[in-house]
Amino acid sequence: MKTICSKGTTVVMSQINPASLKEARPFADIAVSVRNVSKNYGDVQALKDLSLDFPRGELTSLLGPSGCGKTTLLKIIAGLLPQSSGTIEVDGKTVTSPGPDRAFVFQDFALLPWANVMRNVAFGLELRGVAKSEREAIAEKYIREVGLAGFELKFPHQLSGGMRQRVGLARALSVDAQVLLLDEPFSAVDEQTRRKFQEDMLELVANEKKTFIFVTHSIEEAVYVSDQIAILLPRPSRVSEIIRPTSFRGKGVENIRRDPEYLDIVDEIWASLRSYVE
Amino acid sequence: MKLFGRKLPAMSSLLVWAALWEVIGRMDLTFFVPPISAVFVTLFGLIQTTAFQNALGTTAYAFLLGVGFAIVIGIPVGILMGKTRLLDELLLPWVNIFLSAPLTALVPVLMVLFGFGTKTIVITTTLFAIWIIILNARAGVMQINRSMVEMGRSFGASPLDSFFKIYFWAALPEILGGVRIGVIRAVKGVIIGQLLVSIVGFGALFELYSSNFLMKEFWAVLIVLFGLAFSISEFLGYLERKVAFYASAR
Repeated sequence: MKTICSKGTTVVMSQINPASLKEARPFADIAVSVRNVSKNYGDVQALKDLSLDFPRGELTSLLGPSGCGKTTLLKIIAGLLPQSSGTIEVDGKTVTSPGPDRAFVFQDFALLPWANVMRNVAFGLELRGVAKSEREAIAEKYIREVGLAGFELKFPHQLSGGMRQRVGLARALSVDAQVLLLDEPFSAVDEQTRRKFQEDMLELVANEKKTFIFVTHSIEEAVYVSDQIAILLPRPSRVSEIIRPTSFRGKGVENIRRDPEYLDIVDEIWASLRSYVE
Repeated sequence: MKLFGRKLPAMSSLLVWAALWEVIGRMDLTFFVPPISAVFVTLFGLIQTTAFQNALGTTAYAFLLGVGFAIVIGIPVGILMGKTRLLDELLLPWVNIFLSAPLTALVPVLMVLFGFGTKTIVITTTLFAIWIIILNARAGVMQINRSMVEMGRSFGASPLDSFFKIYFWAALPEILGGVRIGVIRAVKGVIIGQLLVSIVGFGALFELYSSNFLMKEFWAVLIVLFGLAFSISEFLGYLERKVAFYASAR
């Protein structure tokens, strides 16, 4: 760990300056802002002086090789992990713990195995003290939205991996948080389900007007679903590059994967990451 | 189990042992083993006597109270130990000591502390059952997925909510296993309590029958006790199987 750490510090990459970012897009409305965040685990520096802005209503991917601290950063934003220094702002307010403005979608779904789909989706609202009839009406709506209508009374072990993650997604949507934090949400589902999920993600981002922060280790997935891709390089982790695809977003889900810009960005990202992959 | 292609009903082995018992009893080898048929005849006579019914009432009262305390105290303590590192470090050595301690040897001390009445018998029963319940609840909580705990936190669960809506349910398969073993130990506890503290209930019956070599009566009471313990443990086993579907998916 130490050797990777020292290698990381010697390679000087262009740190993105939040000020210049704002200059580039003067009207961008920032929903979540990470300011000079560092995270140390004992002697190991996992995140170093990391700053990053997440524009409202857009999906930003955190992409990088394994061990680059993308999940750590996501959990710090969620308030599940304390940072060693720096601040996280949501809507201009500093946050230090989980709050109703953010909802989390877990890699392993984190569903209650003893509760049916309805109760699982409504669980976030249940914890917030919303009355049963009200929260079930809301849950019903999101169960339909993620395509699980008819499965309300099923239990998680009766569902496929993809359907379980739809439950996790519906639970996060139903608390109506402004910011959705997704930790490699599709890594535990099969490839075909994953592709369907990615298409659905695009629709969701367009319809829900929420800010999505999306951790993934798949380059194709990041380029496919993101308005903005932040490339993180490992130990200590920092933002090496921010990429904003421009041309293929409006061309329809079936055309994205053969768009020249899509292919160029995928290649470019691979070129910059390949030296970090063992 | 299958024998000659036919499915045997559950607990068929008991019939084999009962037959063997009957044969040995009929052979009149020792006064210690009367024929099981005679034991059952005695049993049906015995359960109609008020002496037996009173003993059953006294024992059931002490047993249920003792088990009740063990469950009501043991489960929350175990869950909190699994949740809180500090509490775990503090309490775990004591739990392990008492789990393996010869509790029977402690009963005289309890008598000095709590007197010669039902209170001491109830405490003895609790002490027999509680430690394994604590350990199992603790083990159940410790294997909960980290993401399940984070899920509760990220959706704003209060400590009370996460205790009752996440930890308890997630640990339930292990908790039920602990209660099942605890209940069986409590049966031992209540009889030992009744024998040592004050000769009442089933303890008194055992004392009476064995010291007068009334083996038919002795075995009859033992069979009743076994039947009760067995049904409670089967019932808890049934509950355990009902939650087993999620034991692997937490």
